[in-house]
Amino acid sequence: MTELKTLRGKVWKLGHNVDTDLIIAARYLNRSEGEYLALHCLEDLIPNLPQKVQQGDILVAGKNFGCGSSREHAPLAIKYAGFSCIIAESYARIFYRNAINIGFPVITAPDAAKSIEGDSIAEVDPKTGKINDISQNITYQGEAFPPFMLEILSSGGFVPYIRKKVNGNA
Amino acid sequence: MGMTITEKILAAHANLQEVSAGELVNAKLDLVLANDITGPIAVKEFEKIGLEKVFDKERVVLIPDHFAPAKDIPSAQQCLDIKRFSQKQELTHYYEVGRNGIEHCFLPEQGLVLPGDIIIGADSHTCTYGGLGAFSTGVGSTDLAVGMAMGEIWFRVPETVKIILKGKPKNPWVTGKDYILAVIGKMGVDGAQYKAMEFTGDAISELSMDGRLTMTNMAIEAGAKNGIIEVDNKTIEYVQTRAKRPWKIYKSDYNAVYNDILEIDVTSLQPQVAFPHLPSNTHDVMDSTHIKIDQAVIGSCTNGRMEDLRVAAEIMKDKKVHSEVRVIVIPGTREIYLQAIKEGLVEIFIESGAVVSTPTCGPCLGGYMGVLAKGEKAISTTNRNFVGRMGHPESEVYLASPAVAAASAILGRIAAPEEVL
Ligand code: SF4
Repeated sequence: MTELKTLRGKVWKLGHNVDTDLIIAARYLNRSEGEYLALHCLEDLIPNLPQKVQQGDILVAGKNFGCGSSREHAPLAIKYAGFSCIIAESYARIFYRNAINIGFPVITAPDAAKSIEGDSIAEVDPKTGKINDISQNITYQGEAFPPFMLEILSSGGFVPYIRKKVNGNA
Repeated sequence: MGMTITEKILAAHANLQEVSAGELVNAKLDLVLANDITGPIAVKEFEKIGLEKVFDKERVVLIPDHFAPAKDIPSAQQCLDIKRFSQKQELTHYYEVGRNGIEHCFLPEQGLVLPGDIIIGADSHTCTYGGLGAFSTGVGSTDLAVGMAMGEIWFRVPETVKIILKGKPKNPWVTGKDYILAVIGKMGVDGAQYKAMEFTGDAISELSMDGRLTMTNMAIEAGAKNGIIEVDNKTIEYVQTRAKRPWKIYKSDYNAVYNDILEIDVTSLQPQVAFPHLPSNTHDVMDSTHIKIDQAVIGSCTNGRMEDLRVAAEIMKDKKVHSEVRVIVIPGTREIYLQAIKEGLVEIFIESGAVVSTPTCGPCLGGYMGVLAKGEKAISTTNRNFVGRMGHPESEVYLASPAVAAASAILGRIAAPEEVL
């Protein structure tokens, strides 16, 4: 297990109901490598976004983020585009599970998601759900992950977590 | 305390006497499913786990249907990836193009999913099988990989919303599609987030199995984890000739706990049309007749079943498709395709000027066989109308029933069936 580090980056602000077709359109689903999907991440919403993202940047979104398809390509595209985590008012169920399963932190924090502004700098502690809006100097308490989800995240995803169980604690 | 159908199925598969909403359980799986888009990632992740074999080679179903018959070289590779895996694992239920169909039409038809089952599928519309009284839900590829390996997976027991549909629609063209669009219009696209939607009431009892499957198919469009309908004589009749393994009926207790109860009287419901870009953006068809269309699609896991094709053919018989419209009809499975040929429906469609395709998801997700250009508008019997869903981000999709799609195909604009017949 690796220690989950505090994440820090510039905020990209999105609205409600950002669906999986917007995150990664089906026209790119004939491939599944994260690096390829990242090139088209959110492109119908913010053209050329992947060129503009700095490693560690943070997506802040409204309600029902990731609604629609079960495509794991969606969190993969976001992760490989360089984002370090998402803060949203709420998530669609499958997207949420998929993100945790690939070891990508998705924090539920309605207050923070509403108040944090685009282009500001934020800091997130995935262990506790604490969010620090550095630009406005306000802290928020997002929902903390239950212990087993934290374990999945710090194992680097559901498959490494299961692999440990299957092969003993190797 | 009483339990809902969903809670009872989860409890039974988790070896527990009782479960209640919010609890985390590990449940045994009766079937796991993936397709040519989600399957390749699931296969890769499965191989990382380090187990030789899937938990049960009779309970893993892999179906190439999204970009199959392959639309390009990368898609062909994805289809090949799942085919190779099926061969290596000696899976009983891999179905090649020509012997399959759109997964959510095909599995119930073949008796692969049964009442009382727990099914996970790496496809969000896996919730369809709730129409048979099963607990079934969409997951991603990693969950599927773990499901294939272990034969069980964790669930949070969902709260249940009871949706009671009562009355008999006065408008004879109102179908299960209109019911579910009306429900989503009322609840919103996150109105049932993380929850189970249990559909009940006399309007549901009256509904055909095809109509019920259309409704549970779209539970995900309200954000639900699963949609479910109690088994009745219609379900039993549908299942008993198809099932090849035992199955079980669960019913909600009279004192089951519901998170919310929504009652809708369908007596004066009109055919519904969901405008871009959300399935909840619903309007009566008569308020939508000003919208000109470039394409009509009749098919998909929502409305590609026999009853859907029959209604469309009834409306299109001896009429010509509007000169400016492309119409694409896609039977959901090989069996449906064959039956449509036998009943003369395919001839009606082609005579009228429509294209009839082999079963595939194709245009539903903007894959191929009917992708929209910039600015084009389509009426479609599918389930999603998100930005760019069927092609260019500036194209538009209007969701409706097969009856409305067929009438619109004839008039070149969104139309009510009675305007044509
Ligand atoms: S028909 Fe459309 S919604 Fe149904 S499984 Fe295929 S792509 Fe998904």
